[in-house]
Amino acid sequence: MNAIAVEGHPSEARIARRETLGQLVRSKTFIAGALIIAFWAICAIAGSAIAPQDPLAQSSSVLAGPGAHHLFGTDQLGRDVFSRVLAGSRSILTVALAATVFAIVCGTSVGLLTGYFRGAVDDVVSRLVDAVLSLPLIVVAVVIVVALGHSTPTLVIVVGILFTPLVSRTVRAAVLAERELDYVPAARLRGEHSPYIMFSEILPNITGPIIVEGTVRLGYAIFTVAGLTFLGFGVQPPSPDWALQIADNYTLLPAGTYWWTVLFPALAIASLVIAINLMADGISQVLER
Amino acid sequence: MSTDAAPPLELVDLDVVYRVRGREREVLRGVTLTVGPGEAYGLVGESGCGKSTTALAVVGYLPRNGRVTGGSIRVAGDDVLSLSKDELRQLRAERLSMVYQNPGDALNPSIRIGRQLAEVFTVRGIPRAEALTLSHNVLQKVQIADPESVMQRYPHQLSGGMQQRVVIAMALANDPALLILDEPTTGLDATVEAEVLDLVAALQAELHTAVLFISHNLGVIRKMCRRVGVLYAGRLVEEGPVETILHDPRHPYTVGLIRCIPRGGVRKDHGRLDSIPGFLPSIGEQPDGCVFVDRCAIAQSICSTEEPALQRVTPGHASRCHFHEQARDTPRAISEDSGRSLAVDRSLEPLVRVDDLAKTFVQHGHQIHALDGVTAAIWPGETLGLVGESGSGKTTFARTLLGLVEPTRGEVELDGRRLPGQLSQRSQEDVRRLQIIFQNPDSALNRRHTVRRIILRSLRKLADLKGSAAEQRMLSLASEVRLAERHLTVRPTQLSGGLKQRVAIARAFAGNPRLVVCDEPTSALDVSVQAAILNLLVDLQADEKVAYLFISHDIGVVRYISDRIAVLYLGRLMELGPADVVFEGPHHPYTEALLSAVPTIDGGGRDRIKLAGEIPSAAEPPSGCVFHTRCHRKVGEICELEEPPLVEAEEGHLMRCHIPLEELRQLQTAPREVATA
Repeated sequence: MNAIAVEGHPSEARIARRETLGQLVRSKTFIAGALIIAFWAICAIAGSAIAPQDPLAQSSSVLAGPGAHHLFGTDQLGRDVFSRVLAGSRSILTVALAATVFAIVCGTSVGLLTGYFRGAVDDVVSRLVDAVLSLPLIVVAVVIVVALGHSTPTLVIVVGILFTPLVSRTVRAAVLAERELDYVPAARLRGEHSPYIMFSEILPNITGPIIVEGTVRLGYAIFTVAGLTFLGFGVQPPSPDWALQIADNYTLLPAGTYWWTVLFPALAIASLVIAINLMADGISQVLER
Repeated sequence: MSTDAAPPLELVDLDVVYRVRGREREVLRGVTLTVGPGEAYGLVGESGCGKSTTALAVVGYLPRNGRVTGGSIRVAGDDVLSLSKDELRQLRAERLSMVYQNPGDALNPSIRIGRQLAEVFTVRGIPRAEALTLSHNVLQKVQIADPESVMQRYPHQLSGGMQQRVVIAMALANDPALLILDEPTTGLDATVEAEVLDLVAALQAELHTAVLFISHNLGVIRKMCRRVGVLYAGRLVEEGPVETILHDPRHPYTVGLIRCIPRGGVRKDHGRLDSIPGFLPSIGEQPDGCVFVDRCAIAQSICSTEEPALQRVTPGHASRCHFHEQARDTPRAISEDSGRSLAVDRSLEPLVRVDDLAKTFVQHGHQIHALDGVTAAIWPGETLGLVGESGSGKTTFARTLLGLVEPTRGEVELDGRRLPGQLSQRSQEDVRRLQIIFQNPDSALNRRHTVRRIILRSLRKLADLKGSAAEQRMLSLASEVRLAERHLTVRPTQLSGGLKQRVAIARAFAGNPRLVVCDEPTSALDVSVQAAILNLLVDLQADEKVAYLFISHDIGVVRYISDRIAVLYLGRLMELGPADVVFEGPHHPYTEALLSAVPTIDGGGRDRIKLAGEIPSAAEPPSGCVFHTRCHRKVGEICELEEPPLVEAEEGHLMRCHIPLEELRQLQTAPREVATA
């Protein structure tokens, strides 16, 4: 059934949904962000395959400046910076994305539980959330990583857990508004159990804020992972990770001559974070009208 | 520019379009009307007909996608469309005022009333001190008893009725040439509405302000206006003096609109209500002929090819119909005779019995007695109407009955068995038997689920049906509530209000309930749709012998559908009895006041009884009889000291009043005899 005319209104919602997509596509901020992210995503997947040189291969031309042979120059070990920047998106994107998904899943569950049940559960969990939010994020992450030891799964879980309270807070607020609507008592009067009401009735109605929150969180996750990596508690060598490149080479900066070893990975991080924020802006403008 | 002779408002051939999804759609087509000096002109029509658009066009506040494409708007002689931004601003500051439906939205929540009101004067260059004095005076004018304290308060500290008074005070502060009121009392209780309407009428007579009064309620229009225009799909289809339009309508749409309204004591066992078949054309549709042709019972071939001109019936009365002489004889769309059997057998055991039901909410340390010792019974196949102002405990009563709210005291019995107070402890069988139809189908239906999913899930949980059996039952249920199959595949947001409410009804009836709570099921709907929904509810009652607990503030609707009426005030049952007895009297003084407050479209009517003040807080109910603070028939100290018991004043008629029934009968019939003599 394509064109359903209901009481003279030709399928308004279907048009509206198409319009939501159409608005996203027409939103310049969203498209700009999406294009940059798509570029880095392709780099992350294809990685070393599209890089002109092996990002890990060392050569004798150490600290060569940008030129025809090495577009972005080479680093202390003679590795091609351009190839390393292209290949470096994989580690940070996977870790940040996994951590965000982890935080969204946990945060949504916690937010649904606290928002739906209110009462004592809500009081205890909400105070706990406040407590976690009052701690300096990076310091806590460093402590936990040191205690548990370096590994990518640990990194994902630590960042994910630290972001969970923020997500749960947003979700809780959305749930509080939804549970006042009459479809919730209507479901109870059908004999539905709480998990069904939370996940099948309320959850589909709060996907908008969750998507926006997820995009915003992804931007922060990239910052956090890059920060931890720079400090030496995140992604470990010999990965061509951007933050690792900066950490390896920033000591050369005072000399002023080898700027390319730090500038290009830094620009890469900045472009990714800006792109994600652009996309988040575009999405929230369309979804949260 | 302007002259004194110019009418306060003159619209000539006004065309307005809205740009929706890249296309301009006509919402007003050639609207011509004039509001004379000191005149109150009513604009009536169902939702989507262009009433509010007209108002917004006049004040120059059309939404960004709206545009006037033709015609002219003159306010006191000034051509609004050719004014510059500054001139328009000045016009709004000095000659043109508007009052919106929701006073809570019209006031700035973070500024005290006094400062907000004074702004109306300071914007015209009056010094602040003087502006405050003027504000004080204008509040007195709208009968606010204590202007000093009101000026110190924030909007949320005032009740809805008070807020609307403040907004009206602001609107009248600069003695405008034209006052536009857009559904100013729609969100208010009947008693408060009556007071606000009285106030507006008195001020209008005193200040001689011209008023454009927009409402969907013909009763309100009748009370407030001399002349009325009927809008349909952006066209003014009929215009004339209010009484003429009500008693001698000359357009089939007006005829249908008046017939839909349950009035004059008509009851469900008298027959079905008439309704207007079909639907409003979608916005921007461009019919060649008459806009109403698709829904018109007397349409002929000329109607679909040629748009009728506004034809004069008598001086001052015009109708846009080719066959306006025949309009009054438009055949009914719904046959009146239903052959429904609606008898209630009270020799049986009651279906539901509530005994001393009470609910106290605790809020910020205050105890709020929302419901206080209500005892009542409902028999199978019966409708118990529940009336009372907001805050009287109607909804709490219904929710406690259903188990959504756990009672503080008292119990609910179903078929003689005591039900647990909490829904989660009731058996699925008992849950199935007690269902509800909510007031607002937008919030009651999950907007992310399709109609199919909503109904199938109810069948699965309430009727234990799955697979093809559920599928078949869904189709029969849909046809029972008159939903087409194509409506099943869409989501609720794609349906109109009436269709959504049908989905909600189908859901409630999925498990063959014994009692369905109807919580103002038609208050969000237009009258023609309301009539269709009421017919449906009564048909279902006749077929399934289901009982209803019917909550409504619309007296005509409650009277139509109810067998018995319960009147609540501050959580207490004040009166309970057969519908005719409660309405005809002698009734409780509160019921008397409530009934007198409702503006009707029938002639005559009783003198309005003014209730003093507003409903007291349920946190501190008055001593003695809770109604004594507002009662116009208070006998003396006994009312303040002693709560009268609920006694059976005559057979089946319970009342809570110190005045004996016979005395009430004399009191309540006396003034009316004088009036008619």
